Amino acid sequence: MAPGLAGFIASGDDGQTWDDAVASVLASLDAEFTVIPGHGARPGSVPSAGARRLTWLDTFDWRLYRADLTLEYAAARRGGELRLTVGDVVTEQPLAGFQASRPHLLEDLPDGPVTARIARLVAPRALLPMVTVTSASTVYRLLNPDQKTVARLVVEHPSVPGTEPSPLPPRLTVTEVRGYQAEARRASRLVGSVPGIGPAAEPAFATALRAEGRTPADYSNKVDAAITAAMPAPQAAAVILLRLLDTVDANVAGVLADTDTEFLHDLRVSVRRTRSALKLFGDALTVGRGLTTEKLAFFAAEFKWVGDLTTPTRDLDVHLLDFEQTAAGLAAAKPDDLEPFRVFLGQRRRKEFRALTRGLRSPRFTDLTRNWRAVLTAIGDRQVNARRATAVRSGSLGKVAGGTAGFLAVERTRVAFGKVARRGAAITPDSPAESLHDLRKRCKELRYALEFFAPLHDPVVSAKVVGDLKRLQDCLGEFQDTEVQIGEIRALAAAMLAAAMLAAGEAPAVTLLAMGEVTAGLAARQRAARADFERRFSAFADVEGQRRMALLLRGAAGQEQN
Amino acid sequence: MRIYATYNIKGGVGKTTAAVNLAYLAAEDGLRTVLWDLDPQGAASFMFRVKPKVKGGGKALIRGKRPLDEAIKGTDFDNLDLIPADFTYRNMDLLLDSTGDGGSGDAPGGKPARKLSKLLAPLAAEYDTVFLDCPPSVSLVSENVLHAADVVLVPLIPTTLSVRTLEQLSDFVGDFNGHRPELLAFFSMVDRRKKLHREITEHLSAERSEVAATAIPALSVIETMSVERAPVIVFAPNSAGAKAYRALWAEIRAHWE
Repeated sequence: MAPGLAGFIASGDDGQTWDDAVASVLASLDAEFTVIPGHGARPGSVPSAGARRLTWLDTFDWRLYRADLTLEYAAARRGGELRLTVGDVVTEQPLAGFQASRPHLLEDLPDGPVTARIARLVAPRALLPMVTVTSASTVYRLLNPDQKTVARLVVEHPSVPGTEPSPLPPRLTVTEVRGYQAEARRASRLVGSVPGIGPAAEPAFATALRAEGRTPADYSNKVDAAITAAMPAPQAAAVILLRLLDTVDANVAGVLADTDTEFLHDLRVSVRRTRSALKLFGDALTVGRGLTTEKLAFFAAEFKWVGDLTTPTRDLDVHLLDFEQTAAGLAAAKPDDLEPFRVFLGQRRRKEFRALTRGLRSPRFTDLTRNWRAVLTAIGDRQVNARRATAVRSGSLGKVAGGTAGFLAVERTRVAFGKVARRGAAITPDSPAESLHDLRKRCKELRYALEFFAPLHDPVVSAKVVGDLKRLQDCLGEFQDTEVQIGEIRALAAAMLAAAMLAAGEAPAVTLLAMGEVTAGLAARQRAARADFERRFSAFADVEGQRRMALLLRGAAGQEQN
Repeated sequence: MRIYATYNIKGGVGKTTAAVNLAYLAAEDGLRTVLWDLDPQGAASFMFRVKPKVKGGGKALIRGKRPLDEAIKGTDFDNLDLIPADFTYRNMDLLLDSTGDGGSGDAPGGKPARKLSKLLAPLAAEYDTVFLDCPPSVSLVSENVLHAADVVLVPLIPTTLSVRTLEQLSDFVGDFNGHRPELLAFFSMVDRRKKLHREITEHLSAERSEVAATAIPALSVIETMSVERAPVIVFAPNSAGAKAYRALWAEIRAHWE
């Protein structure tokens, strides 16, 4: 209800002290408003000067920040509140007993306007404290001739708390009173026109984060490796693989703490991308004094081990994440019938999670990431002469692929696309399920190739190609995932019987019937995906699709020549 | 969202002072509150120092051309907003009537009588509590208010006629189809020096369940609200007037919040 306008900080160009600057601001405002200290007789008696403790909340991958939403928790003696800012609209939700220093899943938050607004965006991720700022503030009311408060000026001295609190630049903010936008804008203009005061380039939270050596949105699971077309191929390969390793490393702590399911998901995706990258252009790492072929095979095998280590927990996560929706979609059975199944899934997950954490804490895993980083850093740092790197060969084609990232991208993407186009075209309505599963793998490789080399491609053509490929992948994914899930549910039903849950009366027959209904629903989805395949495949790989891919690769090759 | 209305056929009985103070107390309790000043005289708007003016006038609001939330003004107090009065509200009867599909032939309690209720519905996302400060009359406006409200707060001057007023209102509301508001009457402007005031207040509060135990005394500090232009609780928090409104809000809160 009290949207904040732009903040101001000392511009530092005329040598006056902050207190002098504030005095000048108050004098300037006094020309148009009556300025009096104090927030106003606020219900709940908040003093005009006081200390606030605010914690900026977001998901690990900054979902709120990326959607231009700011969520903060304001601690207070008698229960705090969540405050969500979207543009210049602020929504508040009282929240008592909230420990801002801990991660919180959405399901642990009480219902309210803020929870409702962020639920879809945040789930299944947890809200984490990004940074906490304590701030001593003084409030002034700006009154119109009726002595009505039409805006407020907040003078803040923020700092990042800790054993040695680090002070941040003091800040002035004009806050709006609903229905008096014009007055607040006028006040902002007056503040901005005072010499020595300038607009704050970023929100206070961003400054606080920077003081801790971080920047907002400093994590993304995207590849976005800094490569250029002219870069030697081994160096580009190392840069891409290091970026993937960074993502693996960034997620380990969240997996071990079981903060939310997406840490494991992102870790798995990066491992899968690493394995695909090794297949696509691992040979680039063996050029010159790089890795031996045996060593390369060793690392590939080790990453397969990590992938396998994470699979059981992730599979159970998927069942549990979809559970509500699955239970709600039952036609004959009642959602409650599935409850023993959920309990069983939970037990299995706890067991698998223990195995996963043992693996991730083992010397085998820590050695792998440490050694892999050392190898990649050494290759990346080496000034490989592009001409000398011409020994990089494009695998199955046996042609010289050229010693630059541009050539590598063109050659390897072309090969990956050719595989998808050929194998997809060979699929008929009578083809076995395996042929679609195989095509899905080839599509994944192609998708990763496009992502790895994205900086070398024209973004418009690339967006269209990736969009069509993504829809084809979604179709193939639905086809295979439903089949896998059916198999898993059958196996879990058998395991439930074996665990004597039935005998103990904990899993009544209705649960097995409900599980049967769930598999029937999955089978129907699988048939629908199969029926959709033809359309999705032609959209991606028909004559027009092939022309687009050629255009994309010509662009990358052209860039390399420039 | 709970909707309270302060209503009486008679004017000058303490409707607006009650609406202003109770809305303030609701906000103080942490309820997100909005007060709609429906009286063209704009006394509630005046007390919150808000200009009695709505862009496009009552017509734009009632016809739905301008959403209600665009008219909302923040007061000086957190959690408490105001929809100001506008002089065009004096024609609100005509505006409400002309929005009905059936024209002048609409049955009592028909669509024109429920227009206000519809206009208020979208506020539920933003507010916990609404107070409607009603002009003194028996009209389509008051009928709308009675249909929209969950609780009608009726200030009564302790006279024998006021009992009749309460009964009439009770009968009128009792004839509503579907949603019927609950009534809570309270004595207002009570002069403890007058024997009649004392007798009627004590007698009726004890006898009738829809009469609150709390009575608001006739006090100059309450009259001063129009000079101070603020709720009595803000400028004289320890006065007998402030204490009386706190007690009345506690009674209301115990019952409905």
